Amino acid sequence: MAQSIAQPTSTTAVPATLPIGVIAPWAFFFGLLMLVLLYFVGAEQGATAIFSGTGVHEWVHDGRHLLGFPCH
Amino acid sequence: MNSATVRHLLVRGMLAGLAAGVAALLVAYFLGEPSVRGAIDFEKAKAAHHGGGDDPLVSRALQSTAGLSTGILVYGVAFGGIAALAYCFALGRIGRFGPRASALLLAAAVLVAVYLVPFLKYPANPPAVGNPDTLQERTALYFLMIVLSVLIAVATVILGKRLAPRLGTWNATVAAGAFFVLAVGLAFVFLPAQDNTPAGFPATLLWDFRLATLAVQSTLWTVFGLVFGVLAERALAPAPAERPETSASPAPVAG
Repeated sequence: MAQSIAQPTSTTAVPATLPIGVIAPWAFFFGLLMLVLLYFVGAEQGATAIFSGTGVHEWVHDGRHLLGFPCH
Repeated sequence: MNSATVRHLLVRGMLAGLAAGVAALLVAYFLGEPSVRGAIDFEKAKAAHHGGGDDPLVSRALQSTAGLSTGILVYGVAFGGIAALAYCFALGRIGRFGPRASALLLAAAVLVAVYLVPFLKYPANPPAVGNPDTLQERTALYFLMIVLSVLIAVATVILGKRLAPRLGTWNATVAAGAFFVLAVGLAFVFLPAQDNTPAGFPATLLWDFRLATLAVQSTLWTVFGLVFGVLAERALAPAPAERPETSASPAPVAG
């Protein structure tokens, strides 16, 4: 990564890279959290279900269709 | 450049995702809901049951307003967060692009990889289109297509970066683009086709619905790219203490 350190006085506006090791924990925990949110909007009580019933499916029904997810 | 930068970008990504969600919600409500209503009317005319049957759990009025808002805003915030984390990886690694250009390029890439490519194989379906018996299979195939498309897009970027020193930026971009089209084409050929359109479903209604879903996603990612670019540029700018004193406290602008 030595070659990726940006010059602070560079005339171009290319930003410095963030080290992968710094991003990884954020990407893992928050990436997972965001994917869980997307699962509830896009797929819960469709092909798979964590909660029984159809409440979640019915509530986000229109959003699920218009966001392109297979709904029923 | 440390952990705080990632946190700042993540928070701004989710805020930009919320703003993008609001814009996409307006498009979904005004362009998308009429064709959802049309599809449900078709379904009722066929006397087919939808959702809870005679006594729906959530009324249509709630589904098309509060329910729709929940779905699209949560989608916007969650994808905004994911895009911000991807942005942290992409920043300074995808070529000589500044914070705003990087944000818009990333948003365009996400639109293509996460929505447009899977949509070309498994397009969005309105209510009444789709056999409940094949839902498991269709859901699995749709998510598989998204995963494949994202992996191919990441491989394309890495390939372009590797080829750039040898072929030059232009030729490397063209070669990587050709790889993307070829790999996506192969995935399209080998994944099974799905057609669940019931006989007699109006073709124009299906077209309007699918066009509306494209409008929703295009709006979401365009607004996200533009808003997040501005927020990210501010977050990445040097702290006020490092700037000359004159620019530390901007004067209020009239009007």
